[in-house]
Amino acid sequence: MKWLLLSIVVTATALSDLLQSHEMKRAGEQSVGARGLARLLKTIALRRYLILSIGCLAVSFFAFMALVQAEPLSFAVPASASSFILETILAKFVLKEHVGVRRGTGALLVLGGVILLAR
Amino acid sequence: MTASPGMRFRTYSLLGLFIFLRPLGNLSLAWGTKHFPQVLSLNPAVYLRAMADPFVALGIAMLILALLTRLALLSLADLSFVLPVTAVGYVLATLFGQVFLHEAVTAQQWMGSVLIFMGTGLVGTTSQNTTPNLNGRA
Repeated sequence: MKWLLLSIVVTATALSDLLQSHEMKRAGEQSVGARGLARLLKTIALRRYLILSIGCLAVSFFAFMALVQAEPLSFAVPASASSFILETILAKFVLKEHVGVRRGTGALLVLGGVILLAR
Repeated sequence: MTASPGMRFRTYSLLGLFIFLRPLGNLSLAWGTKHFPQVLSLNPAVYLRAMADPFVALGIAMLILALLTRLALLSLADLSFVLPVTAVGYVLATLFGQVFLHEAVTAQQWMGSVLIFMGTGLVGTTSQNTTPNLNGRA
């Protein structure tokens, strides 16, 4: 069961982030000032993939809650941090971002740090 | 693609806001739920009562604002840039946990914090946006 929950957390998080990144780049520059926030909320309401991404986020959140209820946090947090690497790979191949040596090494260092921090 | 100084400033302002909002939101949520007299269960009524607690409500509001800030950030910067750079929030959450909730932090956890800082610093030296915005705005 824990592996099923973990795969739901990782997949839903990655899908949510990919959709958000893709849609927000399409939407153009946004801000969170008084006027910017209204425009941002309108952008979310008008883009169905952004709404879907928030749905994925909710699935990820509830699966994570179920995971931490059944498993120790020292397993749940570093294991779900594996979405970091999956998302970096998907960002390179799906979103066509440039992930060079420095960015790739940085992401691995952060992953190592999150694993140490969670234990 | 090189970001203009203005865009870089706006990106780092949003980053700063997000990095503080998320751990503060989590801290407020943790503080509120720890002091909530009932055990949270599957009963939605208990959750609704918990949400009436000012610290829980403030935490939720900050986390919603953090989500919106992250969305705005993703309109300016790559996902592969935002993910590692915002991980500094994990370090702040650990620090807040130690200072405000009196949680024990081990040497291994501080080592993890150092690794996160190193990784974040390394990613921070890369270009924030390596793809053109699809609507034509740089």
